[in-house]
Amino acid sequence: MIDRYNRHIILTEIGLEGQEKLLAAKVLVIGAGGLGCPVLQYLAAVGIGTIGIIDFDSVELSNLQRQVLYGKSSLGKNKAIAAKERLEDLNDDIIINAYPEALTYRNALSLFEKYDIIVDGSDNFETRYLVNDACLITKKPLVFGAIFKFEGQVSVFNYDRGPSYRCLFPKAPKKNTIPNCSEVGVLGVLPGIIGSMQANEVIKIVTGIGEVLSGKLLCYNTLSNQNNILQINRNQDIINQVLNNKLNFESQLLNLNCQAVNMVSIRSIRDTKDIQFIDVRELHEEPRIESVEVIAIPFSELEKHVALLITSTPKYVFCQSGVRSKKAVNYLTSHGITNCFSLEEGATEIDSFLKSDASLLIQINKETK
Amino acid sequence: MEITIKYFGQLVDVTHKSEELLVVEPSTVATIIEELYHKYDELRNKDFQVAQNHELVSMDTKVTGAEIALLPPFSGG
Repeated sequence: MIDRYNRHIILTEIGLEGQEKLLAAKVLVIGAGGLGCPVLQYLAAVGIGTIGIIDFDSVELSNLQRQVLYGKSSLGKNKAIAAKERLEDLNDDIIINAYPEALTYRNALSLFEKYDIIVDGSDNFETRYLVNDACLITKKPLVFGAIFKFEGQVSVFNYDRGPSYRCLFPKAPKKNTIPNCSEVGVLGVLPGIIGSMQANEVIKIVTGIGEVLSGKLLCYNTLSNQNNILQINRNQDIINQVLNNKLNFESQLLNLNCQAVNMVSIRSIRDTKDIQFIDVRELHEEPRIESVEVIAIPFSELEKHVALLITSTPKYVFCQSGVRSKKAVNYLTSHGITNCFSLEEGATEIDSFLKSDASLLIQINKETK
Repeated sequence: MEITIKYFGQLVDVTHKSEELLVVEPSTVATIIEELYHKYDELRNKDFQVAQNHELVSMDTKVTGAEIALLPPFSGG
């Protein structure tokens, strides 16, 4: 240990005592994507003793432009699992727990209880508000980071009676008004910078050195190199609203609008073996998909057939445009069905993709296995 | 009075600039925002918070400062 962490130990501000604090710390990272990768890389390198990684998504080629833990050999693997493999090679002194699943209202509280600090590297507002509220309820500091094109935001919420994310932005924005990285693009190095800043905040919280970025939002612009620090005040009323709703927290999974839905593209499915496609359109809707095996359960009859879907097989739900499939996945996950994803594309696009050359690769893959 | 308006994130895609100088009568934050809505219609559809001289303020706050920043939430990771 003395050797591995020597450069920390010889810093008088950290020393052996600070390093021991790091080794005793338990940090959960939400999402192992652009932000999660640098966060995890540094937390593992500096010897955070227990690291949790939760991510349902799998590694795609377009992730490698910025998600620095992965290589070609990670393609198609679950990100939590792939990250754990890489980090174990980096540091085998520490415990790394991979959770290859989505964060939901159902699992958040019990998971957060096991850790001291939560780091948010998620990529959607539903998850961000869920993470914030669960941090408030479980009284865990939240190291927040978010990015957009060339700009990033960093802060520490729910720390030492400081403000929460809701004190800054009380409610999630109107649906579809804020584009995400896959829609507008993102500078490859940006999550590296912002994620490293998040890792830095974790180290300061654990070791007690420096000044934690609580009550402030740091806005960084890669193009202008401008750093703006804005002051945020704690809004006790907003915090109380969340805390008063504590008892209903887990039942919020019944609220269709509040839930994080696992959305994936048909193009991200690398192998059609051992997965189920579920068509939630009514039986008369065209085109029917015939190039792969499909289970047809119209949305109107979903309730009757929930029991059929209690399997660990990954389930990909689709409909005509992507709206009903999203609702269906919400409904299914709220009824305890795991490993359930909504396809972003509608049936026509899915059909033509499955018939295209790109998906031939999948088919060939399947036959040679 | 002269104030600098700063735009962050997706608001830059609406205004096509990251900051500008505005000459206004002494007023509230809401009046300034209304003026900006008039100038950039698309802003009305955007969610953002307002900071005056680097501190988050509400719409009825009096404009006293040299700088007003419009800050949208980011979700990307």
